[in-house]
Amino acid sequence: MAKLMSSHITFQELQDIVELLGKVSGFDLSGYSKSSLKRRIQRILDLEQMDVVDLKNAIVNVEGFQTYLINEVTVNVTEMFRDPRYYMALRGDVLPYLETFPRLKLWSAGCSTGEEVYSLAIVLAEADLYKRSFIYGTDVNSNVLETAKKAIYPLKRFKIYSENYNATGTCNSLSDYYTAMYDAAIIRADIRKNVLFSQHNLATDYVFNEFQFISCRNVLIYFDLELQRRVFQLFYESLSEFGFLCLGAKETMVNHEIRSKFKVVNKEFNIYQKIK
Amino acid sequence: MMNKAKDIVLIGGSAGSYTLIVQILEALPQRFDAAIAIVIHRNPRFTTKIEETLSIKLRRSVIQPRDKTAIAPNIIYFAGPGYHLLVEPDWTFSVDVSERIHFSRPSIDVLFDTAAEVYQDRCTAFLLSGANQDGADGIRRVREMGEKRSYNRRTTPLLQQCRRMRFRQTQKVTSMMISRSSLFSGS
Repeated sequence: MAKLMSSHITFQELQDIVELLGKVSGFDLSGYSKSSLKRRIQRILDLEQMDVVDLKNAIVNVEGFQTYLINEVTVNVTEMFRDPRYYMALRGDVLPYLETFPRLKLWSAGCSTGEEVYSLAIVLAEADLYKRSFIYGTDVNSNVLETAKKAIYPLKRFKIYSENYNATGTCNSLSDYYTAMYDAAIIRADIRKNVLFSQHNLATDYVFNEFQFISCRNVLIYFDLELQRRVFQLFYESLSEFGFLCLGAKETMVNHEIRSKFKVVNKEFNIYQKIK
Repeated sequence: MMNKAKDIVLIGGSAGSYTLIVQILEALPQRFDAAIAIVIHRNPRFTTKIEETLSIKLRRSVIQPRDKTAIAPNIIYFAGPGYHLLVEPDWTFSVDVSERIHFSRPSIDVLFDTAAEVYQDRCTAFLLSGANQDGADGIRRVREMGEKRSYNRRTTPLLQQCRRMRFRQTQKVTSMMISRSSLFSGS
């Protein structure tokens, strides 16, 4: 499929691609932020040396391409203890409250390769809450979930993870929680014990359990306001009374009516508590 | 519904361009109709107080837009560290954490590219960087989109001046000093 020059797709072409994909597969991208999605699709076109016609053809005719497309469109940048001060806020503002629940169910929505789930597990273990906790990690991308289940990460990334962890104000060392071998490291077995990873699409799937804590950080930024509204409703219905909802640093509930049913626990890190 | 800016002025620079950007901002008239969006390369691991400092110094709104912030006139927006800043077709900002572009997140290219697409010929861009490729593709895109719709309507004196000063990709801009009077007189 030779091409003269990489050309930019238009918003109209993007719309056509989204509609086509929606018709022939279960993947609905219509609620994604347009400019961001357009860049993602453009990236795939450049990577695969395709034009729009090739792409549409592949969506319809090439087996496995739809899943490949979804896996490439979703952004999977994550770190252990990303935003260290967020974890400080969890320890200070959230855990004292979570402690009062007899059993804890937590949901990391859009968990990518699982680093955040294991970070949460470590924080809970250090507060002596992990024994009665269970963490669900979900993502729309099936590839990243495979990595998350294995809990094996490149060792070189642990330099940054350790820096992050130390910045959360702990006196422990992250190396207590993994075993390194050659150039990889696996998260310790007892930290992996109470977690489950499964595919869940925030754009189309429904409530599957009741949680005391939901974290969904840097996921809603890819959704337009309408899809955000759906997801907030989904979270609201999934939370138990006085359950917590944590969003990313740039995300906010202020544009949404459902905001009135939540109390702001931490403004800087967008931690909310369901109060009605 | 909030009033959205019909024109946008973009400024992109590496960390070293900070003083130059401050000079430009100081020279701005106290009120104008365009929004100003700025990307400056900075490291998310260190906190900076650019917005607070400039708000006080310039006595005007200087903010880090959050996700889906409407782009309003007469406000100066700085891309937050660690996130790309994008312009959406409904004249709002969005942010994302996709791959770094030219080792940068926020990347100048990402803002320029998406803003050019939406604002077309009502988008003016300044690139104040010599060290890195970031911004070069973006500014070319601003020019392309502007030319596509070059049949021009009424423009404000500020934007006329800005357009006259628009830099080409091949020009090294760091060596260029902008005198206040020539850039923003007449507004």
